[in-house]
Amino acid sequence: MSFINTLTDGKEGLFKPDTLTPMQKLTLRFVVVGLIYYGFVVIEGMLMRLFEVNPSIALGIESKQFFAIMTAHPLVGIFGSTYSIVFGAFLFLVPFLMKKPLWSMKLGNATFWLLAIGTFVFWFAGFVSHYSPLYTLYWPLPADFSQFSVWGGAFFILGIALVMLGTAFFVINIFKTITYTPEGWEKQPGGALLKSALGLSGLTNIFSKKKKEHLVSLPVAAIARGTVDTAFNAAIILFTGVLILVYMVAELFGVSLKDSSVDALLYKNWFWWGLDLIADGLVLIFVAGTWYLLATLITGKKLFMENWARAALFVEMVVSWTVWSHHLMSDQAQPGILKILSGEMVTAFELITQGLAFFITLVTLWSARPLKFSHPLKFLLGGLLGFALAVPAGIMQADLGLNRILHNTQWIVGPHVHVAVLVGLTMTLYSAIYFLLPILTNGAKLYSEKLANFHFWAHLLGGIGMGAFMGMAGLRGMLRRTIYFNGEFNLYMILAALSGSLLLLAFLSFFYNIVMSVGLKGVIGIFVPSKLKTKDPLPAQN
Amino acid sequence: MIDSNIVLTGQTVAYTLYVLVIMLLMSWFAYKLTHAGSGNEIKPALFYSFVGFLVLIGVSLHIVTHETIPWKAMDLNRENIKADKEFNISMGNHEFKLPSPKLLITKDQLVRFNVDSKDLTYGFGLFREDNSMVFQMQVIPGHVNDILWKFDRPAVYSIRSTEYSGPKGINMIVRDAVVVE
Repeated sequence: MSFINTLTDGKEGLFKPDTLTPMQKLTLRFVVVGLIYYGFVVIEGMLMRLFEVNPSIALGIESKQFFAIMTAHPLVGIFGSTYSIVFGAFLFLVPFLMKKPLWSMKLGNATFWLLAIGTFVFWFAGFVSHYSPLYTLYWPLPADFSQFSVWGGAFFILGIALVMLGTAFFVINIFKTITYTPEGWEKQPGGALLKSALGLSGLTNIFSKKKKEHLVSLPVAAIARGTVDTAFNAAIILFTGVLILVYMVAELFGVSLKDSSVDALLYKNWFWWGLDLIADGLVLIFVAGTWYLLATLITGKKLFMENWARAALFVEMVVSWTVWSHHLMSDQAQPGILKILSGEMVTAFELITQGLAFFITLVTLWSARPLKFSHPLKFLLGGLLGFALAVPAGIMQADLGLNRILHNTQWIVGPHVHVAVLVGLTMTLYSAIYFLLPILTNGAKLYSEKLANFHFWAHLLGGIGMGAFMGMAGLRGMLRRTIYFNGEFNLYMILAALSGSLLLLAFLSFFYNIVMSVGLKGVIGIFVPSKLKTKDPLPAQN
Repeated sequence: MIDSNIVLTGQTVAYTLYVLVIMLLMSWFAYKLTHAGSGNEIKPALFYSFVGFLVLIGVSLHIVTHETIPWKAMDLNRENIKADKEFNISMGNHEFKLPSPKLLITKDQLVRFNVDSKDLTYGFGLFREDNSMVFQMQVIPGHVNDILWKFDRPAVYSIRSTEYSGPKGINMIVRDAVVVE
C-alpha cells in the first residue's frame, strides 16, 4: 500500500469503523480525545521546560502565561487525558468483564462530552485570561482578583465543574453496571456484588476457613474501589469550585467578600483530602487493578495471592482517606499528631499496598515464563518500574525531617510526581492501549513495530531522565512554581529539557503509528454513530 | 547541628543506590521473563517475607530520621523549647517586612522565626549563596507560623518565599538578609 493509502485507510485497510459497536466507538472516542489532550500536555510541558532553561527562548511566553500553563498542565493531563482514557477503558471493561451491557450509554456519552468540553473550557479560560492559581488553589489565591481576571476565573471553574459532572456520571454508570439486573436476566444480588466489588469479600476470605467465591473479577473490584475515591474527589472539587464561584459572582456584582471568612488551613486540609484521593487513591488503585488485569490477560494465568490483592484494595481505601496530611508537613499550624499519623505512618502504608501490587503482578508474570517481549508486556514492566521509583521517593519526602528541605522543590515534581505519572501511570495506560487496540478495532494491525519500540525506549528514558534531572536540581535547592532568571540551575534544566524532548518524540511516534494503523478515515469513522444496534461491548462475531 | 546539606547528600546516595538496584533488578527480571527457565512457582513464604520487609522499611525510615535529623524532634517539640533569639517577620502584598534590614545571629544560637501573612499563603525559606536550601516552611494567613533553627556556622543567607502566591510572588527574595557571625 502506498503512503497515502495507508494514511487514509490504515494499515492494509483492516480497520473498518462500520463494524464497531456503539460501546467500542464510545471507548475509542475517549481514547482519541485523551491522546489529543496528552499532546497538549506534552507540548505545554516542553514550553515550560524551555522557559525553565531560559525564559527568553520559550517562544515569547511571559511569566503570567508560564504560570497559566503550569496551572492548566496537570489539570489537562489528569482530567482531559488520563480521566478520558481511563474512564473510556473502564466503561468498556466493566461490561466486558461482567458479560453484561453498560447500564447507560447515554450517561457514558454525556461523560465523554463533559470531559472533552469541560477540559477545553478551563484550558481556554486559562490560555486567554492567564488565570493561574495553580491546581492547589491555596486560599485565598483563587479569589485574589488583584492578580486574576474574575471572568477568566469564572470560566476556568465552570470548565472544572463540567468535568466533575462528567465524573459523577461515570461513577453512577460504573456502580449501576456492577449491581443492576439487565432486562430479561435473573435478579442480580446487588448488595453482594457491591460487597465483592469493594474488596470486603477478599478481606473476609483471608480470615475465614470457608472461602467464598468472588462475585466480581479482581479488575472490576479495583475499578469499583478506585471509583469510590473518584466520587469523593469530585465532590470536594465541586464544593471548592462553588465556594470560589461565590466570591467571583459577588465580585462581578461589585461586592468584595472578605476572604478571611474562610480559614486557609482548614481549606487546605479539606482540599488536599479531596485532591489526594486522585494521587494516593484512585491512581494507585486503578493502576494496581490495571496491572492485575494485564498480567492475567498477558499470561492467561490466575493472579498470585488473589485474596491478598483484594484485601489490599480495601486497605488502600482506609489509606487513601487518611493520608492527606503528608501535603501539610511544612505547615507549622498543622497539628503534629496529624503530621506523624497521617503524614508519615499512613503514607508509609502506601509503600506496602503498592509494593504488594508490584510483587503480585511480577509473580503472576513469572509463573508463565517464557513470555514474548510484546509491546503490552514491555510497557507494563515500564509502568511497574515507574512506580517502583516514584513511590519510595514519595515516602522519603513524607518524612518530617526530609520534608523540611524537600517541600516545594523540584524533587517533589521530578522523581515523585513526573516519574509516577509519566513512567508509572502513562506506561501502564500505553500497555493497556497496545493490548486493547486489536480488540477495540476488530483486528486493526499496528503500522510499525519499530516505531512502537522507539516509543517505548524514548518514553522510558525521557521520563526517567527528566525526573532524575529535576530531582538533582531540587536537591540543590531549586524550587518548583517559581522562575529563575539568571540560569542558576541551567545544567539540570537543559538536561531535563533534552529528556522532555525525548518524551515529545515518543508521543509523536506513537500518535503517527496509531493514525497510520487506523487511517484518517478510521479516525473520522470513530466519531460517526454506530449502525449496529447491539448493547454488547463487542460485535457478535468476536 | 548537622547541616541540611549533609542530610541531602545522604539522601542522594541512598536513593541513587536504590534506583540503580531496582533498575538492574527489573532488567534482570525482564530478561529472565522472556527466556525459558525453571522455578516458575513462587511460594507464599516469599510474599509474606516481602510484606514484612516493606513494613520494616516503612516504619524504620521515620524512626531513623527522628534519631538522626536533629531538627525533626526539635520541630515537634518546639513550643516547649526556649529560643536564644526571636525574629517577628510579616508578609503581605508580596513583600517581606523584616524587623531590621539584616537579621544578625551569633553562631550556635537557637533562633525562632515567627512569620505571619497579611493576605495570601506564602512560604518562608533560607537559602545559601549557592541557592541550596537551608530550610523552609509554609506561611498561612490567620495562623501562627514559626520555626526553630540552630545556626552552628558563620554564613550569610537569603530569604525567599517558597510558595507560589501568584505571578507577583516571583521576586519575593531578600538577598543576604540573615547573617550568622
